[in-house]
Formats: sequence, structure tokens, C-alpha cells
Amino acid sequence: MARMIFRSLGWMVATALCLTFIVFWLTNLSPNLEKLAKTQGNARMADEEVISWLDNRGYSQPLLVKYGEWLGVLPGYVIEGSDGELRARCSTRGLTIDDAPAFCGVLQGNWGFSTVLRDDVSTIITTRLGLTGKLMFWVMMVMVPGALIMGILAGMREGSRLDRSLSTVSILTTATPEYVSGVVFIAVFATSTFGMNWFRGTATSAMDDANFNNFFLPVITIALYGMGYIARMTRASMTEVMTAQYIRTARLKGVSFRNIVLKHALRNALIAPFTVIMLQFPWLLNGVVIVETLFNYKGFGWTLVQAASNNDIELLLGVSVVSVFVVLITQLLSDIGYVFLNPRIRIS
Amino acid sequence: MPDPAYDGPILEIDNLSISFFTRLREIPAVMDFSATIMPGEALGLVGESGCGKSTVALGVMQDLGVNGRIVGGSIKFKGEELTTMSPDRLRDIRGSQIAMIYQEPMASLNPAMKIGRQLMEVPMIHEGIPEAEARARALEVVTDVKLPDPERILKAYPHQLSGGQQQRIVIAMALMSKPALLILDEPTTALDVTVEAAVVELVRDLGQKYGTSMLFISHNLGLVLDTCDRINVMYSGEAVERGSITDVFDEMQHPYTQALFRSIPLPGASKTMRPLKAIPGNFPLPHERPPGCNFGPRCDYFLPGRCDAQAIPMHRIAGDDRHLSRCIRVDEIDWKAPLLGTLETAPTEPGPVVLRMEDLKKYYSVAANAMFGGAKKVVKANETLTFDAHESETLAIVGESGCGKSTFAKVLMGLETATDGQIMLDNQSIGDVPIEKRSTQNVADIQMVFQNPFDTLNPSMTVGRQIIRALEIFRIGKNDAARHDRMLALLDLVKLPREFADRMPRQLSGGQKQRVGIARAFAGDARIVVADEPVSALDVSVQAAVADLLMDIQREQKTTLLFISHDLSIVRYLSDRVMVMYLGHVVELGTTDQVFAPPYHPYTEALLSAVPIADTRVKKKHIVLEGDIPSAMNPPSGCPFQTRCPRKSQVPGDLCERDVPPMRTLATGHQVKCHLDDAVLDAMEPVIQIAATQDTA
Amino acid sequence: MEPLSWTGALGAVLNPVVIITVSVLAITVLAQIMAGFFAPAVTLQSNTDGTLMARGGLLGRLETALKWTFVLNLCLAVVYLLGGIILSYQGAGILGGMARRLLPVWIALIVTFAVSIRFKRGLGLYGKLFDSTVGMIGFGLVMFWVYAAILSGLFDMISTHDPLRQISGLKNKLPGVPVPEDGLFPYYLLGGDNLARDVFSRMIEGSQIVIAIAPLATVFAFMVGITVGLPAGFYGGKLDVALTFLANLILAFPVILLFYLLVTPEIVATGIPSYMAAVLFIFPIVFFGVLLNSRYYTQPAKRTPLLIVVMAVLGWLYLSLISQDGTALTFLPGWLDGFDINPGILVVFVSVVFVNAPTVFRIVRGLTMDIKTRDYVAAAQTRGEGAWYIMLWEILPNARGPLIVDFCLRIGYTTILLGTLGFFGLGLPPESPDWGSTINEGRKLLLIFVHPPLPPALALLSLVLGLNLLADGLREESLRD
Repeated sequence: MARMIFRSLGWMVATALCLTFIVFWLTNLSPNLEKLAKTQGNARMADEEVISWLDNRGYSQPLLVKYGEWLGVLPGYVIEGSDGELRARCSTRGLTIDDAPAFCGVLQGNWGFSTVLRDDVSTIITTRLGLTGKLMFWVMMVMVPGALIMGILAGMREGSRLDRSLSTVSILTTATPEYVSGVVFIAVFATSTFGMNWFRGTATSAMDDANFNNFFLPVITIALYGMGYIARMTRASMTEVMTAQYIRTARLKGVSFRNIVLKHALRNALIAPFTVIMLQFPWLLNGVVIVETLFNYKGFGWTLVQAASNNDIELLLGVSVVSVFVVLITQLLSDIGYVFLNPRIRIS
Repeated sequence: MPDPAYDGPILEIDNLSISFFTRLREIPAVMDFSATIMPGEALGLVGESGCGKSTVALGVMQDLGVNGRIVGGSIKFKGEELTTMSPDRLRDIRGSQIAMIYQEPMASLNPAMKIGRQLMEVPMIHEGIPEAEARARALEVVTDVKLPDPERILKAYPHQLSGGQQQRIVIAMALMSKPALLILDEPTTALDVTVEAAVVELVRDLGQKYGTSMLFISHNLGLVLDTCDRINVMYSGEAVERGSITDVFDEMQHPYTQALFRSIPLPGASKTMRPLKAIPGNFPLPHERPPGCNFGPRCDYFLPGRCDAQAIPMHRIAGDDRHLSRCIRVDEIDWKAPLLGTLETAPTEPGPVVLRMEDLKKYYSVAANAMFGGAKKVVKANETLTFDAHESETLAIVGESGCGKSTFAKVLMGLETATDGQIMLDNQSIGDVPIEKRSTQNVADIQMVFQNPFDTLNPSMTVGRQIIRALEIFRIGKNDAARHDRMLALLDLVKLPREFADRMPRQLSGGQKQRVGIARAFAGDARIVVADEPVSALDVSVQAAVADLLMDIQREQKTTLLFISHDLSIVRYLSDRVMVMYLGHVVELGTTDQVFAPPYHPYTEALLSAVPIADTRVKKKHIVLEGDIPSAMNPPSGCPFQTRCPRKSQVPGDLCERDVPPMRTLATGHQVKCHLDDAVLDAMEPVIQIAATQDTA
Repeated sequence: MEPLSWTGALGAVLNPVVIITVSVLAITVLAQIMAGFFAPAVTLQSNTDGTLMARGGLLGRLETALKWTFVLNLCLAVVYLLGGIILSYQGAGILGGMARRLLPVWIALIVTFAVSIRFKRGLGLYGKLFDSTVGMIGFGLVMFWVYAAILSGLFDMISTHDPLRQISGLKNKLPGVPVPEDGLFPYYLLGGDNLARDVFSRMIEGSQIVIAIAPLATVFAFMVGITVGLPAGFYGGKLDVALTFLANLILAFPVILLFYLLVTPEIVATGIPSYMAAVLFIFPIVFFGVLLNSRYYTQPAKRTPLLIVVMAVLGWLYLSLISQDGTALTFLPGWLDGFDINPGILVVFVSVVFVNAPTVFRIVRGLTMDIKTRDYVAAAQTRGEGAWYIMLWEILPNARGPLIVDFCLRIGYTTILLGTLGFFGLGLPPESPDWGSTINEGRKLLLIFVHPPLPPALALLSLVLGLNLLADGLREESLRD
């Protein structure tokens, strides 16, 4: 077990390094840097000015060196610029060049400074992640039990009317991306067009004070899209288990239908959906970005859009690192949980 | 509740008909089926796949699924009608009064539940006894089924046990509430022969100990003979003959039963002197049954206008009170008439040596634990195989799972390369040449026929196309037209109609698919054909036809046939020489007569004793091996067979545990790998003896 | 002119009836589900003559009731449609008007279904689709949009106005508003958007972009996934580990982040998408080259000319596709460069393929690992077939069932991705009528004007739903034999 976790961690770090490097490379491509120079410095800069602006701030170093500095495994640059000013990567935030530490990368906890939101990236990410965490918590609370119950009810009697109704509902929800359901929900439940003005159409106020009125629509919008998928997986798994030979054995032992479902089928049927739920996280992140944009809820997803559309390099890197890690950690958890749920693998 | 003083039949099935309903039509699975099981009696239900025997069992259990339905007749359990029983009452009876054991032991145990729980559940539901008592009962029953360390087993999960142990647990589960009726649906088909023998013995003993009546479903006549008192032969949804074992085995009164016995290799049959007679034609599909007698189109005694005029009822056989036959001409046929029309052929003379193995070894290194990695282990799949094979000879390779016969086939074919040693094909070493590097001629020379007919053909390519592809790859035929002609000739060779060229494999029956597989193997005029259990997955009546086809082609083309099998009956029937393997070692090698007669290797001896033989005259020595076949990953020290060898005590000291025995030559061409003294070997008695009665066949 | 009402004169009569029948339908479905919990388990019953007996009891009656209310509702829907086609625009309202505009689509659908059902036994899996209600509904929805796209795109039918034309005074006007200018279609059937363009026409024209890109991008994703997934699953070992790692790398990337990184003008300027296109589009050539070579290499006389022709055609298509003026890859002279694609579309296309390919890879890899243990694969090996022949001709055809099902699902998913791109204003030109962009524009004033974003949202929903139902029907029917 420990060995497996160790190996997974190894893969995880390798993946994270690769992915952050790709993001780093893409964000540091020359057109992006040029744009950065023009937004930060002067929009009407000449080409030579742009180059010297970038030279002075260490942007012209080789890509790997820059990546190493950002990561914190190479010492930060100290450059005497063409304008005569001495700049060091680590001297931002009021430190003089002499006081500044040699290394200041992500590993040292220095995530950089956001040019758009005018704040430390680490601060932004912590607060925004907290807000998104709140959203995700409620999404999970709605989605997971709902999906599992739907899937199990549908799968325990394959082909029944209940099965067909629930399956139709889950197909419908998987076919409705968040930007469609969100728009429809706002149109129906947050305006007076259809006479059902029950909820708030924005969730900005939910950032401080979440209540049913302002938080229900964003939560249900994300939850529904994922719910159908998990429910279908659960149903498939449940129908498969219900036709298994050992269920027949149980039935012919005289076990009642209720106990067959609860004692014999459930645990076996939940192994597959568990993995699916954990692997839903990358997709949920998608939903979060859309819903936070749509409902103007300034969480992590909203930050991602801000960072990406304004070429806020350091913020974008920070956001990418965090989201990649969230995805990888859930994958790790899903691997471990799968082993725990499945005695066939656990004890061997 | 059933009357405790009830002493009538345990199970009474009367004119039962069961159908399955699809969107298109009703498919009758069982028609007009009757049977009676008295207390303590064991009834065998025999038939080929698709004859409806399992449906009968499920009908008794009232578990036919959403599409199945009993459309007529009655099933009475201890006088109580099952077909109209309420679900609650049915649940009471299931598990406590009637229990069932299935074919796949692994699939019938809940993988996520400990074995103890699964056993204890039965009495806890039915008798409401407390957990502690249920546990004690479970412990007792697990001991009864002769499993070692019952305490540990109760705490284990199913996947931690071997197949044989799992089947014992399933049996234990069925016996937990001491049922009055036990239904066994092919309980040993998934097990190895020696393990099967032990399980069968256990079932028979426990049946006697608990006084349980049994309904034993099997396709294997020998097994039924070993376990049952009465037999019911089914064909295409109908019972065609029923009666006591001796009546049906010795005085059969139905053409199908007779044909069945003539198509299975019993001791005495041989490919040259007394060849088997295959049943012509194919098993009818349920919705394409002929009018009148279902067996009519394949029957030698068929009379148009009589046999296909009306539905045939069961006829009572005069003189026998419980012997019935579904044949309208039962009184007209001379059942004792000897079989005519089979051709004796001259035995073929083996030619020069074409294939020679010299100290062939194949080791694999595998991670000890697939999931978590870990230290590499060496699996010794083949240990120093040395033998040769001659032209137009059939060499049988016999062994149970894990004996290394499949690995050997792979090395020979070039899918794997040998770790050490040589394979000489006409004095050309090919052991370390992978198939990509072999010449087209070499590849075409050594071909293979596979076991599973449903898997041997590519499902999305026509039959003709698959044979033509083999011709293309062997560079046979100048152009497409030439190859097409050759393909049709190959279809002729395997006695398939030429129209089959345009059929898809799913439109063919198992035997027909196997014939196509044979045609494909002979596309490049193969000189050596490895047949990996080519008939074991086929129905009994088809097996003989496919085996004879192989023999015919061999005779014509002087092919060397390496016949891999676990079925000693068919091996005895068609092979010239036999090689017995156990855990990667050749333990015995000799001509068929040498191997099937004493002196034996102890493993061969046990194997011979374990094979069920469907002949009442045969008396077998009773040897049951303890335990399971060890894993090739973790073989025992010394002699590979020492953990299960019943004759180990006859070897002084711990020689068996210490040293791998040397290969000893007993007679010309007869080799045995054993430490036993010559005196012990010489004193061995034959395992199979045929009682001296008049020849009936 | 009066603005149109939703159902016109017809609605005055029919609407109350519809309300009643729909509520009855809903109640029956609910009742049946509830009854399913408590009523005894259903077993089949048959009459003595072998026919199946109708279910009796409460459940049986509910079933019959449900069937008839459903038929009734269906009839009413048809009446609305026919009403629209027969009556004037005033008489049939907006719904009738739309039904009339869509008349060519109805005809095409009816012809397709009639022909398909007539010959369904000879059409393989496609024919079997018409045995499944779910599959037929899904197929109908999908074909509705396919025909809408083709007929509006190629024959200029259906849509009422130019999707880019702004008519003053119609900004954010409600559905059914009359158009003040003469010589044009007299109404904005679904109202005007915030730039005073016709919502109905934009919705119809928007389907063209989806119908053109989504299936094609999915085909390319499958080519890539299959070409890479087959060897990974077949050989296993280090190759598999490396490829799986790469696939997981892409899968671990949040899709939106990837889009933002790939589809911004700055990145496009560096030419990365063009290079990616160059790499991704080479897979089909490799695929077909290997496919033909492995099959015919034993007969060079047949193989060589075949390969030359196929490779030449595919190669020219490939070069024309990736060579493009104004991008990093411009090398074909103009007379040889067959066609150019809007660079925005190309970028969208490439990124969608890039995101989808790893999932296809995983599916193909899993199927390959399963199928390669079959005896017919061993048979091919023992007669000395090459690895690629085995992968492409022995394994791939037998994996087609699950792949076809996934193909349908994946077109739906690609449609959703395209919408996502539009929703974030990435890639496609801002005035483009594609559904994602239209939803994005409409959502800004959503709390005030509901009607502009709803039609494209529902259109996208119905297309994806259709694809999902189609996949479900196919899965069900392919499992049947």
C-alpha cells in the first residue's frame, strides 16, 4: 500500500512538473511577453523598448532558467538593466536587493504578484479557493447522494418504468452543459418572464453570505451536469452487479430483495462509480469556471478567466499549478479508495 | 409448511413446459418434461448445451428471469405446487429446502463479502438462529467439506481461495440448512480433472451423510454414472429417455442415447480398429425444430411419414416400470444390433522424425504482485522437455491447468522464444527464432488449431476471407482467383459446404467454426499441427466428427499432430504416443499402450482414476488426490508432484522433497520421472479394468 | 402589423386541451413510478396459445393510460405543426410560423425515416436503430439539425433573415415582432437580439458551424486515438507507459485552461496551433497508409499503385490543409493550395481534437488489451501476420461496437466544447452566429431580456440530447446480438 502511494506520488510530481512547465512555456511565449510589456509599461512602446523592458526584468533569460527561478530551484536573477536600475527577482515587495533571499520561487512560497488584481498570487488563490471550496462542498452534497440514489434505484430493476424515467432524466442532464442549464435556470427562475422569480440570478452576494436564495442556482447548475453522468455509471454498475451469478446465489439462498440490494449488491456496485466521482473533478473545474463567470461569483474559476484573458502570467501559473494539483490529488485518492473498496485488490 | 411426515417423492415434475419470450417470438426451451426424485435419490440430467437442462433447474427454483415463463405442467416439491407459490413462501423454501450449486464457483460467491458471512446468512435467514450459533454451524460444515483450516477460511474473501476450494465453499453454503433437494448445475466443469474427482466424491459422500436428494445436471455421461441412481437424457428441449442408470446405460431404448454412446470414446474404441460414429447434422435451434421427433433429421431409424407426423409421446418400455423412451419405433428397432458402416483403416506407419526437442526450457520472470510491483519471480513454465515427433504421428500432450502445455505450444509456434535448449525442425533450430524472423515456409509448416470455437475466428470477417488471408500470407496461389479456388478446396477438405465461404462466423455452429479453424491451419499444407484441446469445448456428439476429421486429414497429408488435451478418453482413442506433463515437467512419455497400462507414474495413475468413464462394465481403482495443483509461481521443492503424491510414502527418506527425479527409461520409448523403486512400479495394477461381459456395442 | 402571439388563433382552441393532456401525462408517469414501488413484482404471463397476455391490475391499467395520453399529446403536437404549415402566420402564431419555415426539414426527415424503416433489415446496425424508440428519437433530433444546417447552408432555405443584418428598431424586441422594412420576411419569429439581429435565423445558421466542425473534429480525434491507442494496448510495456503518461498529462489539464492557453491571438501568432495541426492531421495519412500496406503487402502489384494513389490524394489534402497564408506554415504555392480554412476555425478545430484524442486513446487501448487475448489474434500471430495487420484488421473491426457508441457521445461532447469556446469568446469571430457565442452575448442582458440566449441554448441542448439518445439506442441494439 505504502509502496503504491509512493509510486503514485512519484507519477504525480512528474505530471505536475511537466504540466507547469508547459503552462510556463505557453505563457512566456514572446507575443505574450510583448503584450505584458505593453500593458505594464507603455502601450505605445517601440520594439526596442519592449526588448529592453523585458531584458531588464529577466524575461529574456532562457526558458529553463526562468522556469527554475519560478520554481525556486535556481537563484532569482539580479540584473543591472539598460536603464541603469538594478533589479532582482526576489527584491519585489519592499525588500532591498541585499536583503532579498537568493531563491524565491513557488517552493519558497513566493507565487508572485498579480498584475490584474494587484495582490499577491498566494493571497488571491487562498481566498478564491476558499470561496470555490464552499461552492464545491454544496455541489458535492447535492450531486453525489442524488446521483448514487438515482443510479441505484434505476439499476436495481433494469427495464422498469422507474429505470426508464430516471435514465431519461440522467441523459437529459448529461446533455445539458452548464452554460445552457445556467442560462435556462436564470431565465426561468430568476426573472419574471415565466412568473417564477424565486432565486437570485447572480451569486455575488453569496461570496459573503450564502443562502438558499442566492446559492441554489449555481450549485444546482454544476451539480446537474455531473449528476447524470455519475448516475448513469452507477446504474450501469448496478445492473451489471444485479445480473451477476452471486446475486442469483443470494436470491436462491432466500435473501429478500431489499437485503440483496443493500447487503449484496450495493458495495460491489459502488466500486466503479467511486472512481468516476473522483475523476469528475477536472470536469467540475470546468463547470466551476463557467458557473462562476455566469453567476459572477468571484471564486477560483472566475480568477482563472481573469488571469487568462488579461495575460496575468504569474496568477495564471499559480492557478494552473493549483488546478493541476487538485486534479492529480483526486486521481491519487481515487486510486487509493478503489483499492480500499475492493477486497480483491486490497488483500492479495 | 410441508408435512414432516411426508414420505412421497421429494420432487415431482409433470409435463413441464418452459418458454422464453423475445420481442419476435416465443422460444420453447423445455417441452413436456417429467421427472420424479424420491428421498435420497440422485437424478442425473444429461444433454448437450442448449437442450434445456439448466432451464429445468431454474424452473424448479422458480428463477426464470423476466423473459422466462412456465407455460404448462406442474412442479411439486414435497407435494407442494411450486408454480403457483407466493414469493414469500418461495423465499422460505429457497436455500433451506432446495439449494443450488452452479458451474462457476468464483462467480457464485460475493467478492466483497467474507466467506463466513455468506455461509452464516443462510441459517440466519431461514432459522433465525443467533450469529454465534450460525458461525458454529458454518465451521462445522466447512470442516465437513474437507477444507483445511476452517477458521481462516471463514475470515477469507473468495478470491483468496483456489477454484476447487471455492467450489467446496459453494457446496458448504448449499448444505448449511440441510436441504432436502440439492440441484447441481455442471458443478465441476470449470475444474481440473483431479480436482473434479475429489469434488464429485465429496458431493456423493455428503449426499449420503445428509440424506439429500440430488438433481445432477451434466453433459458428461461418465460423471452421471459415478454419482446418480437414475438418469434423464434430454435432447432439444425434450426428455428422450429416462430410467435407472443401468437400464439406460446398458439397455438404451432411444436412438439419440444410442448415438450419444457411440460417439464418445470409451475404453476399447480406437481410431483404426473401432472408430467412433459421429451423429450427423447439427443440433436444431429452438425456433427451427422439425415437426414430430426432434431427433428425426439426424436419426438412422427415421421413417418419413411416421416420425415426423405428430408429436411423439413418452413410451413405457415393456418390462421396466420406470424406463421410458420418446421413440415411436421403440418396439421395432433391434437395439442390440451391432453398429455397421464404420470403416476400419489401416494404422499409419510413423515416418522419420520431423520435430525434436532437446532440453527445452522456458522461464518467465514476472512481478510478484501485478498491482504493487515488487521483486521479480521466475516462473518455470517448461523444464527440460526432451522428445521427438515423427511424421504422420499423433503425439498427445496431457496435463491439467498450469502444466505448461500452452507455454510449450507458444514456444513451438515462435510466439515466445525458448530460454534454453533447442527445437529442431528438420535439423534446423527454431527454438530461439521468434515468428517474425521465421521463413514463410517454416511458419506455414507449423500451424495451430485453437480450443474455443467461438473465439478462433475473427467475428467481423467472412469465413472465405479468413482462409484466403492465410493463403495470402503463406504466398500460396498466383492470383486472387487461384486462392479462391484453393479456399474452396480447403472447405471441401474439412467437409463444409462451399456456400460457407460467404458466411460470417456467427452464422456457424461451434463444430463448423472448428472445421474452418482446421481448414485455416492446413492452408499452407502444414506438416506439424498443434491442436490445443480442439474438441473439448464442443458438444459430445460433434466431438467425434471433428476428431475424425483431424485423423482423416492427418492420414492423407502425413501430418504430425501434437494433440494437447486433458481428456484421457479422447487421448487414448486417437493418439499414438502420450506425454504426461505436470507443473512444467514431463512426468511420463511413451506409446499410448505403455502409458495407459502399468507401470504408471503416480500422477498418471491418479489422472486415469479421476477420468469419469461412461461404461458400467468399467471398474476403476479409486485414487483421490488431496489438495490443489500448486501454482507455477511457487512450485514445491524436489519432485513437482510430491505435495499430492499418494505413493510418496513408498520412497524412503525425503528424496522426493529434495531432488527432482531423473527421467528413467522403463521400456523402449517409455520414460517416467519418478523416484519409485522398480519393484513398486512393477507391482502396480491397472487402474481401469473392464469386467468380462459380452460385447454390446 | 400586429406582433405574433406564440400559438396564434389555433392556440385559443388548442392550448387548454394541451394543458390538460400534458398534466394527465405527467400524473400518469408519476403514478406509475410510485405504483412500481408497491405493486407486486411483474412476471410475464402468457395465454395458452403462446401469445403474451396484457398486464392486468393497476399497473396494467396505468400502462394503457400512459400509452394513450402519450399518443394524444403526439397528435396535438402534429396538429400544431400542420396548423402552422396550412394556416397564415397570424393564424398559427410563432410556433406555426417556425413549423412552416422548417417544412423542408420535415419533408427530409419523413423521407429518411420512411426509407430507413422500409429497408431496415438490410442496413445492419443502422437499420437496427429503428427497432429502438430511444434510438429513433435521438436519430430524429440529430437529423433535424443536420438537415437544418445543410438546407440553410447550401440552399439558403429556412432562415428568414441574414444572420448578420441589423434592422433598426428591433433591438431586443420580443418574439413575433413585425419587421418594419418592406421586402423582408415580415416577422422576427423569435425576436431580435441586442444588436437587432434575428434570433431565429441566427439559431438556424449557427447549426452549420456545429454540424460542420463537431463530427469532423471527432473523426480526427478518433484517428489520432486509434493510431496511438492500438500499439499502446497491443505492445504494452514501456511504450504503453509512456503513451499513457502523455494522455494523462493532457487529461489532467483543465480543459478551459487549455483553451485559454491555446486559443488566444498571441499563441496563434506564434504558430503553435499550426504546428499542432501539422502533427495531428498527419495521423489519418499514417492510419490509411498502414491500413492498406499491412493488408496488401503480400501482393506488391496491387499494393503499390493503391498506396500511391491514396497517399497522393491524402497528402495533397493534408498539405492544403496545413499550408495557409499568413500563418507560420506557408509553403505551398497558391495554385497547388487547394483550400484555406479560416484560421480561427482551424485553431478551434485543433484544440478540440487535442482535448478529445486522449480519451479516445484510453478507450481504444482498453479495448485492444481485451481483444488481443482472443484466439483469432493468436491465430493471426501464428501465421506470421505483422503487428499492424493484427491491430488494424483483426482487433479494430471487432472493437467497432463500443467505438461507434462512443463516437456519437463524443460528437455531443465536442458540441459542448465548441459551445464552451463560444461562451468564453474564444477562437470564433465575435459576430459568428454559433450557439456558444450567441449564448455568451445573450447572457449579459439575461436578467432583462430572456429571449435571445434561450433559443441557441435549447438548440444545443436538443442536439446533444439527440446524440446521447442515439448513442444509447446504438448501445442497446449492438448488445442485443
